[in-house]
Amino acid sequence: MGKVIITNNIRTLRFFANEMTQQELADKTGVSRQTIVAIENGKYFPSLELAFRIAHTFEQPLDAVFSFDLNDAPEKKTKK
Amino acid sequence: MDIKEKRILVSLVASVLIMLFYGWYIYSRYIAGNPDILNDFKFWGRSFLILIPIAIVVQIIIQIIFAISVYIANRGEDVDLDPVDDERDKLIELKAIKISHYLFIVGFSLAMGSLALGMQPWVMFLVLISSGFIASIVNEIFRLYYYRKGV
Repeated sequence: MGKVIITNNIRTLRFFANEMTQQELADKTGVSRQTIVAIENGKYFPSLELAFRIAHTFEQPLDAVFSFDLNDAPEKKTKK
Repeated sequence: MDIKEKRILVSLVASVLIMLFYGWYIYSRYIAGNPDILNDFKFWGRSFLILIPIAIVVQIIIQIIFAISVYIANRGEDVDLDPVDDERDKLIELKAIKISHYLFIVGFSLAMGSLALGMQPWVMFLVLISSGFIASIVNEIFRLYYYRKGV
């Protein structure tokens, strides 16, 4: 199975939402600021519920916030 | 490092210190002068049952001191000392608990193995308590790891 790559536009959307701070977004979605930081940096993929909450906050459809890309190339096992 | 990571780190250090001081106290007070007490089941039961409330109280005191010191370090500014626990925190906690649970099962098996091999019962108790302690330490370490690296 190919590797799933999920990216997001939260930083851009925050900018266009009057430079909304991470804390403001966190308060509106009911999570901690650290979770917003982790999502923005691609260190955490939110649940479907939280993803919808974020999209709802920006009044955008889900696919305007999160992008999904499936890399169909077979994964190579690399020696460490 | 955010407040949650600092809190985990403080808890980790506190756990190690509690275990070291309590272990040293039990050894110097009871075991050093009377090694035969190791084969007394009542001694192990009492030692373990006394450790639990001591560990809880000391952890609470240390966390209060930590909260006060964070407040002072930020010069009384409004600091969120208890941020909301969200889905990411719960996921991190679950993953860390899963790892520590596996580790404790290994320790429990080793403890039972020591009995099966005909070792003294105190070896079993020592392995059992050590594995519980190591599992709790590993739990904190993995929580820190997942907060830092991502989950």
